[in-house]
Amino acid sequence: MGTLTEAIPAATRTRRRGLRVRLTRDSLATLLFLLPLLAVFGLFSWFPIIRAFVMSVQATNLVSEPTFVGLDNFAQVLADPQFGIAVGNTLWFALLALVFGFPIPIILAVVMSEVRRFRGLYSALAYLPVVIPPVVSVLLWRFFYDASSRGVFNTILGWIGVGPLPWLQSAGTAMPSIVIEATWANAGATVIIYLAALLGVPRELYDAADVDGASIWQKIVNITLPQLRSVLLITLILQLLATAQLFTEPLLFTSGGPNNATLSILLLIYRYAFQNSLGGQYGMAAALSLMLAAFLAVFTAVYYRLTRGWSTSS
Amino acid sequence: MIAAVLTAVVAIVAACSPVASPSPTAAPGTGQPAATAGASSAAQAPVTITVGVLRPGATQEAVDALNLQITEFEAKYPWITVVPQEYNWTAPTFTAALAAGTLPVVFTIPFTDGKGLIAQHQIINIDSRVRALGYADKFNKNVISNGQDTSGAIWAVPIAAYGMSLTYNRTLFTQAGLDPNNPPATWDDVQAAAKTIAAKTGMAGYAEMATENTGGWQLTTSTYALGGRMETVGADGKVTATLNNDQTKAALARLQTMRWQDNSLGSTFDYAWGTINQAFASGQIGMFTGGSDLYTAMVQNNNLNPADYGVSVIPLASSPTAGVLGGGTLAAVNVVTTDAQRDAAVDWIDFYYMQKLLTQAGAVADAQALKANNQPVGVPSLPIFDKATYDASQGWIKDFINVPAAQMTPFTSKIFDQPIVTEPTAHTQELYAALDPVVQAVLTDKNADINALLDGANKAVQAILDKG
Repeated sequence: MGTLTEAIPAATRTRRRGLRVRLTRDSLATLLFLLPLLAVFGLFSWFPIIRAFVMSVQATNLVSEPTFVGLDNFAQVLADPQFGIAVGNTLWFALLALVFGFPIPIILAVVMSEVRRFRGLYSALAYLPVVIPPVVSVLLWRFFYDASSRGVFNTILGWIGVGPLPWLQSAGTAMPSIVIEATWANAGATVIIYLAALLGVPRELYDAADVDGASIWQKIVNITLPQLRSVLLITLILQLLATAQLFTEPLLFTSGGPNNATLSILLLIYRYAFQNSLGGQYGMAAALSLMLAAFLAVFTAVYYRLTRGWSTSS
Repeated sequence: MIAAVLTAVVAIVAACSPVASPSPTAAPGTGQPAATAGASSAAQAPVTITVGVLRPGATQEAVDALNLQITEFEAKYPWITVVPQEYNWTAPTFTAALAAGTLPVVFTIPFTDGKGLIAQHQIINIDSRVRALGYADKFNKNVISNGQDTSGAIWAVPIAAYGMSLTYNRTLFTQAGLDPNNPPATWDDVQAAAKTIAAKTGMAGYAEMATENTGGWQLTTSTYALGGRMETVGADGKVTATLNNDQTKAALARLQTMRWQDNSLGSTFDYAWGTINQAFASGQIGMFTGGSDLYTAMVQNNNLNPADYGVSVIPLASSPTAGVLGGGTLAAVNVVTTDAQRDAAVDWIDFYYMQKLLTQAGAVADAQALKANNQPVGVPSLPIFDKATYDASQGWIKDFINVPAAQMTPFTSKIFDQPIVTEPTAHTQELYAALDPVVQAVLTDKNADINALLDGANKAVQAILDKG
């Protein structure tokens, strides 16, 4: 019996050697192209993540030498009265954003998909708030939310005999005010995604439904939403992840007030790190960041497991 | 995603922090820089320093005045190049810049941060350099102590001191039928005037800062004025939080009444230092408490109409412990610097901040540069050195004063008769931060329970104090 090498025709062996050489060359080229990306990712993403793990078990002001404190930072975060408040506020925001922020883009996309003329213009208008830098949006809305009777929104409400509302100046209305702005600022991107998915739904399904005498509502429930199921599940988890990381709006609108009514988990991380001018509690900030990241990772895994069956079209 | 970004920011700040850089050049308490030899020869070599002296948003006239002073400095010290940077101390931005080592070579900090930064060696020991200037012993002892370590070595130089004041809008006073030359002298007067202004003009009669630690700062001011204290220090040096004292409760109760019964506080309850200045300068606020030196910032950043501005002393209760909260600013030198830069930094501090207070030539040159660019000269302040030196410096600039001095008389004629009380000494900014939500709750919740709020804040601050 001959060897395996002998059994392979000479031409094939030559081809394989050539392939190995090409693979090696290709791999080198690939690696070269990857290097900048790996360097940037390593420096600005992986290295900070590793540093965060290290800092979470240290007491450090980033100037003096750090000391190892074990899990003290985690214990201190969990014992902090502000932690419970921040978790509660973040859940409250997530709920409000889900109730108001999730269906609005779907409705807008469905309406826009039915419009034949100027669809591009409506898409652009819907997407426009996404283009505006978040800081600019917030400062603009802060002006609108002026709680005096001379404020923009309060003036408009005054025409119909409502208000003036305190908007950001009351613990009860501050968070809903933030949700309204956040929905305005972020809905456009989701509308575009839904619109693209909707336009991909086969027209024949609606034609067949028309033949069967289905109403608009029946068509939405039985055709549109099932066809959008995969997209809906993805956007829902993305929205939940985004709401759990609420930061810019409470920082710029209210600094977490009034009386911590809009203190989110990320704002609490920021407070740990940067509120004390004599050197922040960076260890606690890193600990809470890791706790949040771990929770979101587990939550996402569970979500995908639970919804795996739903995402395939029936 | 934002969590990852925040984590990355914290970690990148950590990666960029000056932990690995040379530690401060002196052992604590020695007061001796490691490299004292060859300072003069090293100083002659070209050196560049950055100085944090421009407030963000400063007018072109303020920039021109600064450039003129830099030109004069560089003429006197031709080997030093000065690069001005925008700088405005706020707790979050300062913390990040400090940790990342990106502060300018010379920067300023409030009195409240001096001791902590010195203890943690986050600023440089400049004792021998300052003493070489020849006037270290002339500083007001209570003022210079903010920049000294426990052995008396100087790490930061006091450059300005202020007493809290009652700032009021003379135009709104007139519109409300009040006499702007006779500002409120008691807290009852303040409350009554606020009610009148709100009713007659539709503007906020009185406003209170409540965010970015300023709520706690102003509540402490009110507490001091009524004779209370936020901390007590035992014979053994142990600091006890006393946030839930009777005077703080009384101050909050008055705010509660003004907000919910008198309706005289307007509709904005999240002011910080910058935003309340802006609102005052635009005529939306009748009165508020703030530093006596606010006029400069309001002219440079908020386009204040000088005719609107009035300032008076804070009303004090008859209690023997009642006093005016006094604060101030220290100039400090960045740890991440060379010896030559440290020498140049102290030269700059001497030239830019000190000479105008100590010598006629320095005072006149400073005043001329400011006046030539329409910058305020003669804004009320408190003495850094002794009262005689202060009076002399005021005399030197008499011909250049361009602020409405007569409108400041209610403050300047009485402030030196009032006892000045320093800010809480231990964990000051954290104490202020714990009180912010208390002030916010009183201003935004009609049913806010003052006792419970203060007890909660006191417990939180005591826990911080116990940790040391």
